[in-house]
Amino acid sequence: MSVTAENPLVEGLERLPVHPTVLVIFGATGDLARRKLLPALYNLAHQGALPERFELVGVSRREQPNDDYRAIVREAVERFSRTRPDPAVLDGLLEDVRYISGTFADDSVYTEVGRTLDELDEKAGYPLSRVFYLSTAPEFFPVIVGELGTAGLNVTEGRETRVVIEKPFGYDLASARKLNADVLSVFDESQVFRIDHYLGKETVQNMMAFRFANVLFEPVWNRNYVDHVQITAAEDIGVEGRAGYYEGAGALRDLVQNHMLQLLALLTMEPPTAFEANRLRDEKLKVLEAIVPPAPENVSTMAVRSQYGPGVQGGVPVPGYREEPGVAPDSRTETYAALRLQISNWRWAGVPFYLRTGKRLARKVTEIAVQLKPVPHLAFQSQGSVGVQPNLVVLTVQPDEGVSISLEAKIPGPRMRIRPVNMEFHYGTTFVSQSPEAYERLILDAMRGDATLFTRNDEIEALWGIVDPILTAWKQDTTSEIPQYPSGSQGPPDGSAVLEPGHSWRRL
Amino acid sequence: MSEDVWSERNTTPDAIDEALREMLRERHAANNALVPARVLNLVVVVDRSWKGEIANRLDRVGRYHASRTVLCAVEPGRTTIDARVVMTYQEPAADGLGVILEQVEIDIGEVHLRNLDSVIDPIRAAEIPTMIWCPHGHAEAIDALLPLTDVILLDSDEEPEAADGLARAAELLASVYVVDLAWLRTTPWRERLAATFDPPERSQLLWQIGQVAARHQASSSASAALLAGWLASRLHWQVTPLSGVSSCELRGIAHAADRDVEVLLDCSDQVVPGLTGVTVAVPGGWSLSLDRAAGGLCARRRSEDGTESVWKIMGASRGEGGILGEGVRQALLRDPTYGPALSSARMFCPAAA
Repeated sequence: MSVTAENPLVEGLERLPVHPTVLVIFGATGDLARRKLLPALYNLAHQGALPERFELVGVSRREQPNDDYRAIVREAVERFSRTRPDPAVLDGLLEDVRYISGTFADDSVYTEVGRTLDELDEKAGYPLSRVFYLSTAPEFFPVIVGELGTAGLNVTEGRETRVVIEKPFGYDLASARKLNADVLSVFDESQVFRIDHYLGKETVQNMMAFRFANVLFEPVWNRNYVDHVQITAAEDIGVEGRAGYYEGAGALRDLVQNHMLQLLALLTMEPPTAFEANRLRDEKLKVLEAIVPPAPENVSTMAVRSQYGPGVQGGVPVPGYREEPGVAPDSRTETYAALRLQISNWRWAGVPFYLRTGKRLARKVTEIAVQLKPVPHLAFQSQGSVGVQPNLVVLTVQPDEGVSISLEAKIPGPRMRIRPVNMEFHYGTTFVSQSPEAYERLILDAMRGDATLFTRNDEIEALWGIVDPILTAWKQDTTSEIPQYPSGSQGPPDGSAVLEPGHSWRRL
Repeated sequence: MSEDVWSERNTTPDAIDEALREMLRERHAANNALVPARVLNLVVVVDRSWKGEIANRLDRVGRYHASRTVLCAVEPGRTTIDARVVMTYQEPAADGLGVILEQVEIDIGEVHLRNLDSVIDPIRAAEIPTMIWCPHGHAEAIDALLPLTDVILLDSDEEPEAADGLARAAELLASVYVVDLAWLRTTPWRERLAATFDPPERSQLLWQIGQVAARHQASSSASAALLAGWLASRLHWQVTPLSGVSSCELRGIAHAADRDVEVLLDCSDQVVPGLTGVTVAVPGGWSLSLDRAAGGLCARRRSEDGTESVWKIMGASRGEGGILGEGVRQALLRDPTYGPALSSARMFCPAAA
């Protein structure tokens, strides 16, 4: 039955109702909570988008009273909120915020969480939905999930109970499988929301609108017309104080395994029959499973890694990765990764998909460039049309979110000379409105129980399955030199090694 | 923010159009990262003496502004057109894009109203929707502009009698999509009522509602009628006219399939336009009241056993500027529930014979 049939008042409303909820954040004083989660909650409160009853409970190791935690929330909202806080709304949000301190493996923490949740139910007069948000270091995910199960906080009788798990979900395929097993021994898959905040970005969701709401593109979206695809996630910053995390992760785990492969899946999946969680995720899974992971002997030709060395960024000399605080002088962690993938299905067989990501590159940009094949015959060459290029569709995720299509057009003048021109759609000029933060959308979806923009267990394992052979090969190779690229550059020259003859990386 | 300005006395629409094109060309040539916003044309027709006040209201809409705004100030006795074009933009950061917004102010006379379409058509940006707002009436201008209008922005609350405001909205809705600020004033209340009855254990209460009371600022009786009309249309109540000694105290009955529903619309003391509170009650004793409070709404729920629960629902006030901005944004959306709600509201508040 549709939402509208169950509740006719919902028809026509932009914001769908969210049932009364208590949100428990584990890692409530951490960087993610302060920069993203708490400001997102405030913005939802500001817009009137939180449920009619909303309670917030923070859990963290730091010993402090409720009032001190409220001060942390206030400071985080005032500093990082995208809208200027309204004092009355902020006071309302903070009014009954609870804080529980303790280590995540301590049973008594969960006893206290349970007692607090019962108290909030009693205050409301009915059972509130419960959402446990795991915003901790990943090693605590199985610990917290296990403790929630032991404390009986996973039950759904009379209420909805959900768990949101931040990335990284696993360290490799084996650990992701183990974590899935741990989580699913306590919660049903329908209760689990594995977050990849990229999926909450408007431009990423727009990829589906672009592909499936326009008849223009789908006929050429296949091996007959697409020459190759480049997906780029370039950053112009270094590790910026995240060396502790990054040293153990590297570029492949940090961006390729999750965000970039999600972009690839959305770009190449078949049209889902409905914009509904499992139908969408079924299609993503099918295409991810059609990506053949590189065989060990092929890793060196399909994947390239590198590290940023010293260089100049924005006119300022910057240190190399190995000189960054917290990074080992002989670190083998890659800050750049490039790979070539193939999708073995009827639509995409033979089309190379190139992915590259790196830190301290020349420019910050996340984009997907779909290079179409050239026309079979060009009649204008004798007229001096030397600049003719095959059509290119570029979907830019950040900055300047939008879509650009290069077309060939006649240069004004007496001769039939052709040059490429761009037809551009920019969110900033077409919707002149501020997109909500991805976390606002995703928190609301998790509270509503809509898993469409979250990653399912089999999807997570398919994602890890693609990069696992590369991680294994790189881990086993302890002797070869990790190539360096100058900070502020286009990346390592070796990055082109994954490209097929005739292809080159787009300039950043 | 930077500005490019062009102005000319005794000008023509073609000259204004040419100036807009030339200014865009020059600005884009100077910095090709500056591009014009292409979202919506907003054509506003106002009395000359209130031009400043309306311009100020438009300044306060926040991020939801139209990309090309044409403000026509009507001056009695004027026979010529004076125009001023302002392009506003912020120089973009490196690698970024800058958005150009265009504002055209035109001083016209009443003589121009009958054929205002011939003035506006050359000036509006092509291939994007056009929204018309005539806060001071100017029915002649609306009639002239209807063929090139996609959306009309109006405020049913602005008529002294709710019935007249609702009738005018219905008349226009027959030929063009209407965004009604009076309707948008009810949005948070509708969202909260929808949320209240969304949990499965409460959904049955929807079909047992026996009383609806809407409290409103004296000038916002159309908003209150639209809220009651929305409930009636969504829940399939048969509506009969409300009656009362004044528009500040209307009483009546709507008929649900198996019961009567008492409908009360009352004025209350409030400075800002809009609703001040809503109560829905079920014969068994369950009721929910939502009342405006600092930082959101104060919710008061009474259970069947008489226990009462009071709490606050968070949400910042949008203010009239925010509601106008929301009206601009709604030009790009479509709400299928407004028309049925408007029909029911008109039946609650029929125009005097």
